[in-house]
Amino acid sequence: MNPGLICLKKISKTYLVGEQPLPVLKSVSLAINKGDYLSIMGPSGSGKSTLLNMIGMLDRPDSGEYWLNQKPTSSLEEEKRARLRRDHIGFIFQNSHLIPRLSATENAELPLILAKVGFKNRRNKIAKIFSRLGLSERENHLPKQLSGGQMQRVAIARAMVLEPDILLADEPTGNLDQTAGLEVMELLEELNRSGITLIVVTHDHQIGNRAARKLTMVDGEIVQDKPGHDLDR
Amino acid sequence: MTLIDNWRYSLQALVRHRLRTGFVLTAVAIGVTSVLVLTSLGEGARRFIELEFSALGNEIMVVLPGRKQTTGGSIPLYGNSPRDLTIEDALAMQKVSTIKAVAPIIAGTSLISYQGKSREVITLGSTTELFSVRKLQLSQGRVFTIGTSTVAKPVCVLGATIKAELFGNKNPIGQWVRFSGQRFRVVGILEERGESMGLDMRQMAIIPIAAAQNLFNSPALFRILLELKQSGSEAYTEAKLRQIIKKRHEGEDDITILTQRAMMNAFDNILNVVTVSIGAIAAISLIVAGFLIMNVSFISVSQRKQEIGLLKALGATGAEVRNIFLTEALIVVGLGVLIGLALGYTLTLVAVVLWPFIPLAIPWWATAASIAVAFGVGLLFSWLPASAAAKQDPVLALRGN
Repeated sequence: MNPGLICLKKISKTYLVGEQPLPVLKSVSLAINKGDYLSIMGPSGSGKSTLLNMIGMLDRPDSGEYWLNQKPTSSLEEEKRARLRRDHIGFIFQNSHLIPRLSATENAELPLILAKVGFKNRRNKIAKIFSRLGLSERENHLPKQLSGGQMQRVAIARAMVLEPDILLADEPTGNLDQTAGLEVMELLEELNRSGITLIVVTHDHQIGNRAARKLTMVDGEIVQDKPGHDLDR
Repeated sequence: MTLIDNWRYSLQALVRHRLRTGFVLTAVAIGVTSVLVLTSLGEGARRFIELEFSALGNEIMVVLPGRKQTTGGSIPLYGNSPRDLTIEDALAMQKVSTIKAVAPIIAGTSLISYQGKSREVITLGSTTELFSVRKLQLSQGRVFTIGTSTVAKPVCVLGATIKAELFGNKNPIGQWVRFSGQRFRVVGILEERGESMGLDMRQMAIIPIAAAQNLFNSPALFRILLELKQSGSEAYTEAKLRQIIKKRHEGEDDITILTQRAMMNAFDNILNVVTVSIGAIAAISLIVAGFLIMNVSFISVSQRKQEIGLLKALGATGAEVRNIFLTEALIVVGLGVLIGLALGYTLTLVAVVLWPFIPLAIPWWATAASIAVAFGVGLLFSWLPASAAAKQDPVLALRGN
């Protein structure tokens, strides 16, 4: 049996750095339930981003199994994994990864385009989300005309338009000042409260400690899994 | 992704990346244009040679004194003749039913002079028929209307170069010139035309055949040109001619008969070399154009690996990514090909207007091949990097490697 929404079993990944094999994940096992709010902390190079990429199926493990929604994914071909990403997973990257030539609206509607949603529906949906995220006046701005916080909010809009089950955020506040960072975190947590599973990778303890469940990684292994309450807040 | 969104996305990418789009567009256009222009040069050379031949007329036979085998090499300009051809032989030939016109020619060099200026000139003695048989047009004056009569009327028609050298811009008609001392009145000037059959008509003077007999003091003909009433009767005519000559030359048909077709065969080698050269020119320019398009396409798609990674992370399938980039390539290459075709044909047209004597023409297969190569290479080398990036796990593409 594989309980929960996400189930990792003995996931290992080794990168080649030059000639030297560098194990980034060492037989990591992890189960995450629907609606969880998880933070993954650790020093840089500890494998926390790689773990997040595994969960988001952006990367493929060398060994081990990954079950998503009680279904094994490791042996799926790339096209099927792409579909799963589209339907179940939203990403927020540290540097937003907005396409520079596209306006805020056009960037946010990309997942809707991929899901074959019609033009009018798309624009209505984006308008609603933008007004909720306070982006309404920026909808036609290009990424270079937006502040870091605004860019990240566009990225959040893009991640949530298809109402995914899982929201994966890799250092979402990394490029932001404290106020903007907190705003972004509050936004993500609000989404979590509405039922979306939220996993945040960060090296910032203040951010990480906000999560209900806190993982700490060192050298490719989970060394601490603190369920419970945010006592340090 | 729907088809409309696919096109919208691709068009948007092209419009908003103006510089990159411009580079690819230019590469394709230049590639196509260069193929068209280069092949049109080769084809122009080929047509030039062909036209020179057809200017000779389609139903022409040439009779040379003496027997000489034509083995497909060069045309024998002078036969070795044991027995001369004479005007009387030419007159006898006129009775063959398939022959429309006979133009006997006496040739030699003489010194032409006018008001202290003089030069050596190849002088042809012939009849009025020469002008129609060789399709010689006059730019000034008129032809002399003298047949094979023995009256040596002192008139002449000059080639364009001779006229320019002796008279400059003066009107030569009615002027008297001297051929090796004998006075001739200029009645006409040949229209400017290139070489044909190894004779540069611009450097010639034509006088009546009887006058030439006097001038060179010999009745021997250089050759006889025959024009047939219709093509296809060469074999019959040749047999008839040999009969006549046999009768007149004590049982020897000691003549050589060249048909237009035989002469064409002699030049087939040249035409073949030219045709092969055009093919080579086309192939080289296609390869160069192909590499140009390949590089620009490859680089422009490779620059967008991050975008591909992002699309994949957002859930785009490899097929959707490939479609986007193929659509882009299709639009750019299509536009580039159109521009290239327009440019190539315009340049060729302008060249034809500027230099009408070179019959430049773009062969249809060069057009087809350049279009095929542009689309083939452009699409393939957009597809390859896009497909390679789309196949990777998205993390790699997202990092941009």
